[in-house]
Amino acid sequence: MSHKILAKRRLSPRLYEFWLASETIPKYAKPGQFLIIRIDKKGERIPLTIVETSQGKVKIIVKCIGKSTFQLAMLDEGTELAEVVGPLGNSSDIRDYGHVCVIGGGVGIAPLLPTARALSAAGNTVTSILGAASSEQLILLEEFEELSDDLILMTDDGSAGKKGLVTDALESLLEEKKVDQLWAIGPAVMMKFVSAIAADRDIPCWVSLNTIMVDGTGMCGACRAEVNGEIRFACVDGPEFDGRNVNWNELIKRQFQYADLESAALKRFEEEVGDLSWV
Amino acid sequence: MGVRIADRVGMPELDVNRRLKSFEEVATGYTEEMAIAEASRCLQCPTKPCVSGCPVGIDIPTFIKDVKNRNYESASRTIFASNNLPRICGRVCPQEKQCEAVCVLSKMKDKEPVAIGRLERFVGDLQIEREMPGSLQTSKRRVAVVGGGPAGITVAADLATKGYRVTIYEAFHTMGGVLVYGIPAFRLPKDTVVDEAEGIASMGVEFVRSQVIGRTLPFQEIRDDYDAVFIGIGAGAPRLSGVPGSNLNNVFSASEFLTRVNLLNAWQFPEYDTPVVVKRNVAVIGAGNVTMDAARTAKRLGAENVTVVYRRSEQEMPARREEYLHAIEEGIDFKWLTLPTEYIGDINNNVSAMRCARMELGPPDESGRRRPEKVDGSEFDMEIEMVIEAIGQKANTVLRYGFPGLELNPWGFIKTVEETGLTNLEGVYAGGDIVTGAATVIEAMGAGKKAAESISKYLDSL
Ligand SMILES: Cc1cc2nc3c(=O)[nH]c(=O)nc-3n(C[C@H](O)[C@H](O)[C@H](O)COP(=O)(O)OP(=O)(O)OC[C@H]3O[C@@H](n4cnc5c(N)ncnc54)[C@H](O)[C@@H]3O)c2cc1C
Ligand SMILES: Cc1cc2nc3c(=O)[nH]c(=O)nc-3n(C[C@H](O)[C@H](O)[C@H](O)COP(=O)(O)OP(=O)(O)OC[C@H]3O[C@@H](n4cnc5c(N)ncnc54)[C@H](O)[C@@H]3O)c2cc1C
Ligand code: SF4
Ligand code: SF4
Ligand code: FES
Repeated sequence: MSHKILAKRRLSPRLYEFWLASETIPKYAKPGQFLIIRIDKKGERIPLTIVETSQGKVKIIVKCIGKSTFQLAMLDEGTELAEVVGPLGNSSDIRDYGHVCVIGGGVGIAPLLPTARALSAAGNTVTSILGAASSEQLILLEEFEELSDDLILMTDDGSAGKKGLVTDALESLLEEKKVDQLWAIGPAVMMKFVSAIAADRDIPCWVSLNTIMVDGTGMCGACRAEVNGEIRFACVDGPEFDGRNVNWNELIKRQFQYADLESAALKRFEEEVGDLSWV
Repeated sequence: MGVRIADRVGMPELDVNRRLKSFEEVATGYTEEMAIAEASRCLQCPTKPCVSGCPVGIDIPTFIKDVKNRNYESASRTIFASNNLPRICGRVCPQEKQCEAVCVLSKMKDKEPVAIGRLERFVGDLQIEREMPGSLQTSKRRVAVVGGGPAGITVAADLATKGYRVTIYEAFHTMGGVLVYGIPAFRLPKDTVVDEAEGIASMGVEFVRSQVIGRTLPFQEIRDDYDAVFIGIGAGAPRLSGVPGSNLNNVFSASEFLTRVNLLNAWQFPEYDTPVVVKRNVAVIGAGNVTMDAARTAKRLGAENVTVVYRRSEQEMPARREEYLHAIEEGIDFKWLTLPTEYIGDINNNVSAMRCARMELGPPDESGRRRPEKVDGSEFDMEIEMVIEAIGQKANTVLRYGFPGLELNPWGFIKTVEETGLTNLEGVYAGGDIVTGAATVIEAMGAGKKAAESISKYLDSL
């Protein structure tokens, strides 16, 4: 089975879109699920959300943050990946909730797309709040424009939409309108603060936990998180949980478990391939 | 009695100092002279008691006689007639509880049993080219095997030999199951596993890797596409203690720790991309084979002090004796009758200490072993920076949602008819750890043999 990179596109600095060949993933993938790739024989298993599928291929959007994601971004079209496994994890709980507010932060905008689309198709009124550091990282705007009843953009530097955080936009929205369901995907800190607002206002809030994973099939426990006081495995019990029940402080600290080793690996990679600032 | 029986020939081993710096195999294997000397100890008992101790029924005295006479080809043929993975079983079988336990010599005063496993390994390592059955794929019937561990490999090999078309679906990128991602290379070299496991490709068995049945491919699709299905997905889910502090950083399941190191080569980080954490003071919880493997691996990765912490005593330890002795030689410490009750973290949520209670043994429990009970007021703290929990495996969670209609027992393992391996679904068989709970390589293979036999009968009746 081929796992070739069929197409690659640079969306903005350090943000890339790929179409990968896959026979089986497009047949079974549902919104909210992810896949795992290994670049080559020496590669680690990298979990990435399935953004879109079409016959024989699957789209992922990747932010370069460490050795493996930089390496991926530097591969040419036509490269055969060692492994692509998916779809993994449970699909989003798509229903007609009424008014849903979906919130995407940074590269989290990409995994949010299939879920937001499905929510809209299921009859929900969808308000989308997308946030990023600056305008060039605000991706998939056309797609969100099309599916959303209302689209609110936020940037840290004010280069697009309003200057400020997605939580600012959410607070103002909640002053004006009743929201039945929240959905937030982005950096853990963002999801934590959205969940805090959700808890305050008693609104259920799905979040997608991007814990560190190894196998992604329930066999190691690397991805565990405390939800409702219980240990849950994000890869098989999630990745989506009600953010109001997640122990965020613990989760965020667990994400840094390998920080020293990761930065050493990136440094070594930079020594090998040279300056990475152009990526 | 006039017969003088020589002492059992010892196994040559790598020097301890060299061991601690590498993942090289510890037991280096018999030389030809050693093998012949050991084979000569066998009494060739006409009743062959040893054979009944082997879950796959290798004709032990026959192959041993061939070794004694340097008739290696014939020895190899005899072994392969019952066992497709002799290099693996010869290394990791708990022989002392199986074939060697019932060897007549072990019943004699001051005598040790014939080293059946070591001789089997010796023959396997000669890697004598196997004669393949002349007519492969004579049948049109197709069988899907889910899981590429010892159970699945055995089913596939046996059915292929009988002429059926077999495809193995494996969740990971390589065949072998626990032999690859669990048991470390210093006990079972990875190329040995790959050679043996993938060797069955030459019998016409097809491999589909990186597919998790019940998740990435629906079980129903497999059922519809094949005439019969065998499920051998192992007991892959880690059991966790769940004591307070379990989610602190640097508290790992043995499954995670060993998968990183063995499957993804984290011991060669950063040459390989997968990292693994190792700290100065490491506690490994449990006392089974998995515990010994995790402890010895941590030591090799540079941990200074590795302590195995077990709530029962040395007598109840389930690990193989040989592995325990190797662990002691390698400087692993053991704290018996000790139960962790809490992991304590620092401000960064990194584990920095472990609270433990002392235990004493009460009356026997369901397992027949004396039940450990907490001694009141005996709690004490141990300074550690890393914990590896190796306290058992549970049924693979994919069973809960990925195999609709399949009947499970109260512990979440697959319910089968013991004699045949048949599940409640027609044409669907199961065996290995996913039926029995974590057991042994050779028991999984034995279950595979039985299932292959039943599947063949079933297919012929269609
Ligand atoms: C279910 C899920 C879906 C994801 N979807 C996307 C996506 O659509 N797009 C995207 O860009 N990223 C996604 N991620 C995150 C992505 O997997 C990590 O960014 C990537 O593994 C980092 O690897 P690295 O070597 O480049 O960085 P490293 O330098 O290794 O790590 C940087 C940080 O990334 C995280 N990370 C490292 N290894 C892993 C791992 N094995 N699993 C998860 N996180 C890890 C850690 O927090 C770490 O501190 C997802 C993660 C999960 C769990
Ligand atoms: C660290 C460790 C040390 C051990 N030491 C010994 C020892 O010294 N001696 C001994 O005899 N035994 C030992 N054992 C036990 C022994 O390894 C197991 O009993 C044996 O491997 C069970 O074989 P199996 O085929 O049932 O399952 P596994 O070996 O677990 O194989 C199952 C396979 O199925 C795959 N799989 C799982 N789910 C799916 C799915 N949904 N779709 C497709 N594939 C799937 C898995 O990836 C795996 O490859 C040890 C176990 C461990 C963990
Ligand atoms: S397979 Fe295992 S039990 Fe059977 S003879 Fe070999 S070592 Fe003994
Ligand atoms: S029981 Fe022991 S001595 Fe007798 S045939 Fe078997 S291996 Fe040889
Ligand atoms: S990643 Fe291993 S259990 Fe979830």
